[in-house]
Amino acid sequence: MTDESLKGRFIEAVRDFGWPRIIIFIFVVLLFVAAPFVGVSVSASISDVLNRFGQNAIMVLALVPMMQAGAGLNFGLPVGIIAGLLGATLAVQFGLAGWFGFIASVALCLPFAIGFGWLYGRLLNKVKGEEMTIAMYVGFAVVTFMSILWIILPYTSPNMVWGYAGTGLRTTITLDGYWTRILNDFLAVRIGQFFIFPTGVLLFYALAALVMYLFMRSRTGTAITAVGSNPDFARAGGVSSDRMRTISVVVSTIYGAVGILVYQQSFGFIQMYNAPLYMAMPAVAAILLGGASVNKASLVNVMVGTFLFQSILTMTPSVINSVLQTDMSEVIRILVSNGMIIYALTRKTKVTK
Amino acid sequence: MTKAKTLLRLEGISKDFYGTSVLKDVSFTLEKGQILGLVGENGAGKTTLMRILFGMPVIAETGGYSGRILLDGDVVQFSNPFDALDMGIGMVHQEFSLIPGFTTTENIMLNREIKRPGIAVELFGERLSVLERATMRMRSEKAVQRLGVRIDPDMLISEMPVGHKQFTEIAREIDRENVRILVLDEPTAVLTETEADILLAALKKLAAEGISIIFISHRLHEVMQICDRIVTLRDGTVVKDVEAAGHTVRDIASWMVGRDMGAVHAAQRRTVADIEAFRVEHLWVDMPGETVKDVSFSVRDGEIFGIGGLAGQGKLGIPNGIMGLFPSGGHALLHGKELPMGDPKSVLDAGMAFVSEDRRGVGLLLDESLDWNIAFTAMQVKGQFLKPVLGGLFSLRDEKAMRSLAEEYIRKLEIKCTSCKQPAKELSGGNQQKVCLSKAFALTPKLLFVSEPTRGIDVGAKKLVLDTLRGYNQDFGTTIVMVSSELEELRSICDRVAIVDEGRIAGILDPDADLAEFGLLMAGQGGSR
Repeated sequence: MTDESLKGRFIEAVRDFGWPRIIIFIFVVLLFVAAPFVGVSVSASISDVLNRFGQNAIMVLALVPMMQAGAGLNFGLPVGIIAGLLGATLAVQFGLAGWFGFIASVALCLPFAIGFGWLYGRLLNKVKGEEMTIAMYVGFAVVTFMSILWIILPYTSPNMVWGYAGTGLRTTITLDGYWTRILNDFLAVRIGQFFIFPTGVLLFYALAALVMYLFMRSRTGTAITAVGSNPDFARAGGVSSDRMRTISVVVSTIYGAVGILVYQQSFGFIQMYNAPLYMAMPAVAAILLGGASVNKASLVNVMVGTFLFQSILTMTPSVINSVLQTDMSEVIRILVSNGMIIYALTRKTKVTK
Repeated sequence: MTKAKTLLRLEGISKDFYGTSVLKDVSFTLEKGQILGLVGENGAGKTTLMRILFGMPVIAETGGYSGRILLDGDVVQFSNPFDALDMGIGMVHQEFSLIPGFTTTENIMLNREIKRPGIAVELFGERLSVLERATMRMRSEKAVQRLGVRIDPDMLISEMPVGHKQFTEIAREIDRENVRILVLDEPTAVLTETEADILLAALKKLAAEGISIIFISHRLHEVMQICDRIVTLRDGTVVKDVEAAGHTVRDIASWMVGRDMGAVHAAQRRTVADIEAFRVEHLWVDMPGETVKDVSFSVRDGEIFGIGGLAGQGKLGIPNGIMGLFPSGGHALLHGKELPMGDPKSVLDAGMAFVSEDRRGVGLLLDESLDWNIAFTAMQVKGQFLKPVLGGLFSLRDEKAMRSLAEEYIRKLEIKCTSCKQPAKELSGGNQQKVCLSKAFALTPKLLFVSEPTRGIDVGAKKLVLDTLRGYNQDFGTTIVMVSSELEELRSICDRVAIVDEGRIAGILDPDADLAEFGLLMAGQGGSR
């Protein structure tokens, strides 16, 4: 009988965690098990996963407030990323390097993020029910528009502009000599030959997650959750749902901006022009993989999802390619991320209405 | 009364929905060319009865019915509306079932189009035949003419005034060659008085042609005007089945609302000091289906003020408009202070609270826990359940205080739940209602609006909810305005009861006033009008 109840409890736990996560988790474990046999270093892989986790997690975190407010998945994350790019390029333009440069880039991106976020939030309030579609096109539009501006804006730093013309930003701008890996290397612990624990970037993520946690527990954060859960209830409780949604979009945009700065310092380059377009999908896929539904997301979803998603991204190129002798990694990455998004969108109705 | 003349006979029709009895042993007969009026309060079973007659699938899905329906002496049992149509029963629904983008003719002739075969039919079959538009037009014109009105046969439904839509729908039913019985469910509700008169005349004309009509309406004077027989339903049973001649509107009104006098405990007369707590002047509210046109009333400090009336007359619009949930205008004054319209926050700030009739839609966060549900409004409006952090730099949710508040109300109102962390959607209707009340009580309001507090909850829970309201009123002296469709309920706890009819206050009565008075006000027959 105890056996029965144990079995029942196990099934319950499995159901709580969700089959997609379990399957992906088993897949990741298998990849790690297989790694040594095809000559891939496990310790280097784990180090890689942690790096990528820190690099991407804040952008995944950025999705939480909008999902909680019922404004859907922020496919318009590029709006925040553009703000981040502005902050970073301005800091480089002013010749700010090292810690001061990174902090300055964060400070410089904030006003842009708040302004863009506010406008973007107002737009999303006008298209309730269609946020995700509109958000995607807002992303396309903003990125394309900025592509023009990157050429026109009067940047002069020789590190950033095209060498032969002297104007217009390059497609990739190196951060060497500015703040490359400044968070990753902060208090980093080296164990063995290949394993490096990126303390700084994980601490920074922890800080960002803590701020998000506190925000969601504040009066405003509570109101945002209520708006997402039942806008009519919130309205009857004297809460302006439009205002709360706008706040959630602004917070999401700020996190997107800071997120890309963290990404850049880890990656070592600022990627301009069309690059921001490719940042939203992986973030969305990660949080959905973490078990969030379109209208409910928690910090645990962010952690679990980012970890699983980045593990797959790290492990498939090295392991699967070694096994199959062919480049399958991109295919698997696309399958997992887009498959996850479709899976989550079809389960949209799970929230009680 | 010879047997040949009896067209329809209902024998002992009973129906229950999931154990709740809706119809009990209903029997009556309908003769050829007769107009039968079917009257009763909301929920008396009129609509269910007509659904059974028309073979609506919902009846079969919920376990069918017992009793027999005899048409022309033969037992019939319709499994879907098409069977009923084939047998010559036409029904005009409360909601328009017309296609907005089609013309009058197309709607009237829908699915009975007159077709002309062409070459395409030979090759590809029936579906490709051509419509005889001219003949169809003539047919529809004829059908509309039978009603004694003029409607352009080529006008689109979407461009018509509501009255014309209603006529189109009736014309569609009478265009069937075999139509013998026509059921009209509140056909005059959307019509102006002139249009209603034309319709009534048209119905009389149809009856003279030999079509039997079942006419459902709460406008009793109309029922008196055209019906030969009147069947009054109350709580699923036929309380009266009489010839119309020789009875007055007042008689019917009292049959409609009257219950066993033993069951009625009119609220004990209390002396409420004549201090005005709340005043509403010329309120209008644009709430779909519950439009308020011009409402003025005054509530005394510490009393329970009831607002009753039939569904769709605007009683629900009053609290929703004042609380700013729907577009509204006019004046509302709480203790002499003007409340802004259309701004829920300032109304709540002024010390009002509202328990919505739409429990699941507006009243609850279904996916969230009970403590969230109960404490949320108090947190947002009054800044309670927040604790300052880092010396007041910012403040966070005080989960502990929220939980103890929720636990207090769970104990006080006997809310049945596993814990205050249970999601609200898992609770039963009655317990959900108690959560809604707790939410309002947590605001410690000066004036509490309660809308349909007992809708959809069982009898035991009803009593508990009403007792809770009454107790709260007595203990804290809170002024309560309660809106309900259930007259008995209003009479049992209110100090005064206002009846709303067609967006206006038809009259204000003491709870122990004669039942017929209430019935008359509901039926638009109040002395003041």
